[in-house]
Order: sequence, then structure tokens, then C-alpha cells
Amino acid sequence: MTRIDTSPDSAQVQDEYIGTAENTRPASVLLRELVAHLRDNRTQLREEWARRITEAKLLTAMTKDEIFAEATSVYDNYVEALETGTFEALQAYARNLSERIIPRGVETHEVVGIVLLLRDVLARSLFAKYQTDFTKLNRILDAYEPAANRIANTVAVGFVQERERIIREQQEAIRELSTPVLQVRERLLILPIIGVIDPHRARQLTEQLLRGIRTNRAKVVVIDITGVAAMDATVANHLVQTVEASRLLGATVIVTGLSPEIAQTIVNIGVDLGKMNTVGDLQGGIEQAERLLGYKVVQFAEGS
Amino acid sequence: MEVPILKQGDFLIATIQAALTDADLLHLRTALVQQVVRCRSRGVIVDVTSLDVMDSFASRTLREVAQMIRLRGAETVIVGIQPEVAFAMVQLGLKLEDVATALDLEEGLAHLSQRSRSSA
Repeated sequence: MTRIDTSPDSAQVQDEYIGTAENTRPASVLLRELVAHLRDNRTQLREEWARRITEAKLLTAMTKDEIFAEATSVYDNYVEALETGTFEALQAYARNLSERIIPRGVETHEVVGIVLLLRDVLARSLFAKYQTDFTKLNRILDAYEPAANRIANTVAVGFVQERERIIREQQEAIRELSTPVLQVRERLLILPIIGVIDPHRARQLTEQLLRGIRTNRAKVVVIDITGVAAMDATVANHLVQTVEASRLLGATVIVTGLSPEIAQTIVNIGVDLGKMNTVGDLQGGIEQAERLLGYKVVQFAEGS
Repeated sequence: MEVPILKQGDFLIATIQAALTDADLLHLRTALVQQVVRCRSRGVIVDVTSLDVMDSFASRTLREVAQMIRLRGAETVIVGIQPEVAFAMVQLGLKLEDVATALDLEEGLAHLSQRSRSSA
């Protein structure tokens, strides 16, 4: 399919090629015809599509009416994208749709599934319409398929991007909230850890704790890991290193609330427990810390 | 670079002001072990605040200093280890076991006073 533009008969060759950049008119005419067809049969195709969605048990998180309403807007956006060949509006719509349906637990396969269903429904209606004229059907499909593929691609990518954005946002929120270093008494810090500790978070925790020891001039730190269900050997090791690094800064660390699973991990990795100061629960840890600091808590009066 | 050793009451204070060569460290060790008895000190503080690197030789030497000084009848406290240095040391396995550590000079002095009060 080599084409030499300088050759005298190149214009003639171009005429024979429908759909190239230089000669899109027949294709765009076909696309216009296609769009008109889709507009004319809007109600029927939309219903067919919504029926197929329900049949395939997609979007089970949504009611029938909601599916139909979404199907209508997706359909209109789809036809518009076919007509204009621009995908910005569709992209924006896909993002907007994802924002609304992700919190309701709609999965990626469902979104891809419904777009592919629509593609199928429309293709079938084209087959039905042009079944007598095979050449025309072929050319219509030549115009339809690439655009439809791009639309499916745009919607799926939009959905996945939106999901990833939400995941990233949540990760950041967790990271920011996750490591408070709190002073409960003069020279006594507590560090409650909740949730899963990954190596990244463990490193951040250590940094914050060591910095906190220095700025608050802490002598005793209580690390409470009641809210940590499990940790792997790497993170357990990191915890032990944190304890040792704190000691180098002159602070004693008391670890409280070790779950049976974590105790198991720590024993399995063979940490010398003599160096770890552990107490069953947070209250016990704080009481021991107060003893270390020379505080004595006395009940002043009978509480009412 | 020589490390100045100051006498402060019952204690000796050695403040390391810049990165030391291995020879400097050994020199510091000798000087401290000699002076602790000559000054009849009950405690020694080694201040490493300005060190931003602590290698295995330095940490081993400091540990040896602490052990030798204990044999000479006094206590040693290492003070002023930076948070980053502390974590790097632990990762390298340099834990300064059995050596007392404190946040800064003030804490170190408080620690030693407490120790000598309770033993007196």
C-alpha cells in the first residue's frame, strides 16, 4: 500500500481509498447515516440494552430505573461521541459516572461489560438493517468499529483512572492520619498504631517517633499496637529496630497490646525479647511508664 | 583532631565536635580511661551531637570505652545521638548494647547524678 505523492496518478489512487486521512468524506457520510439510524431507534435500542444488562446480571448494585436512566445518558453520550468524533465530553461523563457508581460497589468488569453490551446491541441493529446490502454493511462497520472501540476504551480507562484516584486519595488520607505521636504527660509519649503496617508506613512511623522523642524530650514511649492485627517479619524487625533506636536517644520504649499472631511472628524471627519491654494492654503500659518516670497516680476524691 | 575533655564536678565531659579518624577515637579512649581515675570522676559523658555518621569502628570503640570505664569504677553515658544516626546504626546492627544513652548533655548529667545518688 505504498503511495508516492509525487507520482502523477496519485490523485487517482487516493480516490480509490476510502477512509484515509485525505479522503474521509464517504466514511463521514456513512457515520452520519449511522448516527441518524441510532437516533431514530433510540427508544428501542436503549430498552434492548437495558434488558441485556439486567439479563447479564450486571450493575446489580443499582435499581432497574437507575440502570435505565444511566443507560439513556450513556447511550446519548455514546451516539454523540460517534457523531462528533471527539471524546472529551464522553471522558468527562465517564469520570462523572465512575464517581457516582464506585462508592456503590460497581466493579470494573461491570462497566466494561455494559459498554461492550451496548457495542453488541448497536452492531446487531446495524446487521439487521443492512443485511441485504453486504458491501454497505461492511463499510458501515468499517466506520463504526474503530469509533466504538475507542469509546469502550475511553469509558473503561476513565473508570479505572477514577478508581485509582480514589485509592490514592484514601491511601494518602490514611498515611496522614496514621501516625500521631501524642504526649500524655511530661516526657511520656504514646504512639497508637492502627491498621496494616507496610514497610513504607513503618519507616514513616519510626521517623516521626524519633523526631517526637527529640522535640518532646521524652524519656518513655508507649507504642500501642492493639489495632494491628498482623505484621510480617520485615515489619516486626523494623519495630524492634525502632525500639533500639529510641534507646540510643535515651528513651525507654514499652510495647503494648501485642496480639497472639504478632507475638508468634516476633518469636519466629528470633528477636531477643529481653530487650523488648512489653505489657499486655495500653493501661498497663502507661502505668509502668508512670512508674519509670516516678509519677504516682493517687485518687484525689471519690469520683461521682 | 583532639577531643577536649572537661571536668565538671564529679563527671568528665568529652564533646566530639567533628568527624574523628580511627586514631583520634583510640586517642580519646586512652585519654578518658586515664583521666577518669586521675580526676576521681564517677561518670563520663561522651557527647556525639555533632556527628552525622557513626560507623562500626566508632560505635565499637565507644562501647569499649564504656566497658573499660566501668572496670575503672565509673559510669559512661553517650548523649546526643541524632534520630537519623540512631536508626542508621540500628540498621547496621550497631546497637551499643549495655551502654547508657541519653538525649542530650542535660539528660546525661541527670542520669549520672541519679546513678551516683542511688549508689551513695
